Amino acid sequence: MFKFLENLPARVYLAVTALLAVAPLLVTLGSQPFYLDLLTRILILAIAAVSLNLIIGFGGMISLGHAAFIGIGAYCVGIPAHYDIFNGFIHLGLAISCSAAFALITGAISLRTHGLYFIMITLAFAQMLYFTFVSLDEYGADDGLIIYQRSDFNGLLNLENPTTLYYTVLVTLLGLLYLMHRLVHARFGRVIIGCKHNEKRMQALGFDTYRYKLTCYVISGTICGIAGFFLGNFTNFISPEMMDWTHSGELIFMIVIGGTAGIFGPVVGTAFFLLLEEMLSGLTQYWQLIFGLVLILLVVFGKGGVHGLLVWADTRQTAQAQPENDS
Amino acid sequence: MTVNRPVDWHLLVSQLLNGLQLGLLLFLLASGLTLIFGIMNFINLSHGAFYMVGAFVCATVVQATGSLLTGIVLSLASLLVIGAAVEWLIARKLYQNDHLDHVLVTFGLILVFDTLAHIIWGPAGMVIPLPEILNGQVRVGSFVIPSYRLVIIGNGLMVGVALYILITRSRLGMLIRAGASDRDMVTALGVNIDRLYLVVFAIGAAMAGFAGLLIAPITEASIGMGNEIIIIAFVVVITGGIGSVQGAFYSALIIGILDTLGRSYLDDFLGLFLSNQAAETAAPALSAMMVYILMATILVFRPQGLFSPSGLRK
Repeated sequence: MFKFLENLPARVYLAVTALLAVAPLLVTLGSQPFYLDLLTRILILAIAAVSLNLIIGFGGMISLGHAAFIGIGAYCVGIPAHYDIFNGFIHLGLAISCSAAFALITGAISLRTHGLYFIMITLAFAQMLYFTFVSLDEYGADDGLIIYQRSDFNGLLNLENPTTLYYTVLVTLLGLLYLMHRLVHARFGRVIIGCKHNEKRMQALGFDTYRYKLTCYVISGTICGIAGFFLGNFTNFISPEMMDWTHSGELIFMIVIGGTAGIFGPVVGTAFFLLLEEMLSGLTQYWQLIFGLVLILLVVFGKGGVHGLLVWADTRQTAQAQPENDS
Repeated sequence: MTVNRPVDWHLLVSQLLNGLQLGLLLFLLASGLTLIFGIMNFINLSHGAFYMVGAFVCATVVQATGSLLTGIVLSLASLLVIGAAVEWLIARKLYQNDHLDHVLVTFGLILVFDTLAHIIWGPAGMVIPLPEILNGQVRVGSFVIPSYRLVIIGNGLMVGVALYILITRSRLGMLIRAGASDRDMVTALGVNIDRLYLVVFAIGAAMAGFAGLLIAPITEASIGMGNEIIIIAFVVVITGGIGSVQGAFYSALIIGILDTLGRSYLDDFLGLFLSNQAAETAAPALSAMMVYILMATILVFRPQGLFSPSGLRK
């Protein structure tokens, strides 16, 4: 029954999940509320990273505009709140439908292209949205909006309580990971992975690959919109800066540190990224230099991120345990 | 109210010149990008960093020596070296890799360049003082034009013509064109492709730096100045067709002029159909989107861009 526990990555990921589940308790015991904030932030961005990994890691569609969906989700909290509408169901519904619509329209155009063009077009669409919000004076333009009250789910969930917010995000993330697991192992996921490796062959097999990829892109964008919904609630503040393309770059950075081949990799990558950022920015104001160098070295020398490392360690261990199988 | 307003020719001419100026700056950035994309199949997000470094180096030298010419020469020379170094040390190892690696590495380079600029030049911007002769105004009939604007336009056009001659008339240009349409064939014919890559990368970096130092006297050199304009340069590259310098030239001019005119005339134009208030609200947002809408429209009909070099692999 617990056969999956035989491999190392699964054990590590299970341990990480267990740690996340009891984290608020530890934080309260240590009376360090700041760390709960950091952990909530990690979980929210992990949702975004997992959604991005669906199209990059599994679909091979490198989008450099994913931060736009975070912005859409966040503005779907901020704009209604600006008009004194605090109903969480409306916020979440808007976040889901707006990000899905944006993904559908931009995806339909972007996916007509491949490779370099796709990367730059997703980037361009995200910048378009960024500049649009910068020019909207009604919603604070460059300065953004302050959200005075978090989404209200009719007393069902009290997001004003940091621990409730944390667990809501954690449950969403775990649900999402399960969904991803089912999705990539289903026929749909197989077709998407097939497209990454050889799209022409998938077409020859009779799949309408454009439709599969577009669906995949919309699913990914919508989930990222939900991450934006949480981020808006969490920070109580929205601004166009959330959609800046450098944040899309950071999301890619996160999933690559974690490893794009697995479902859980992005979560580890996000945690690694944010913890490192927290540590280095306390150390020196020039922490981005170290980040940049890590990134360059990671690409030039390292492959597969943390997930790749764990898989490698696992195979090595297995090989050592059964030397007779080596030949 | 807006409908019957007489056309202000002075404003129109000055906006057209602004558009031309933006277009030519975009061309300087985009031509290097499109060659690096087209020939090496390499995405260089850090091209904007070269733009910034060009401006900073020139500003430092001009402030130290007082000579604009020395500043320009040293700035271009340093970018040739930096461009070659980036190609030699990093980019070269990754041409065969996935585009994802290109995105990550050049994103890392942006962080490195921006922070280094912060360490070397500090967080504040730097101005490039202009000599008197460039800082004046030129009168043509009743039009008064800042002379530095003409300098930018003149230089942009000059580089454009030089690049055109280089690419269509020289042996190097022939190799570049050949490299853009069929890399393997060029290698098979005995051309040292590594050296060609190095030269193209260095020239591209120098042109980006030139664009940066041209604009710096107006906007001043600042950290991250390249990160915004580089996105529009990408739009220029995609609309023009990856690998095509000619396409980059035309689409840079179209986009530069469209963007500038959109920002100043869109509210008047919308006023023809909408109420004044609606027009004033919608115009800024719409003018910010216009360039991207143009790109999207072109891509719907021609996914390969306006002037795609034939035979180029996607």
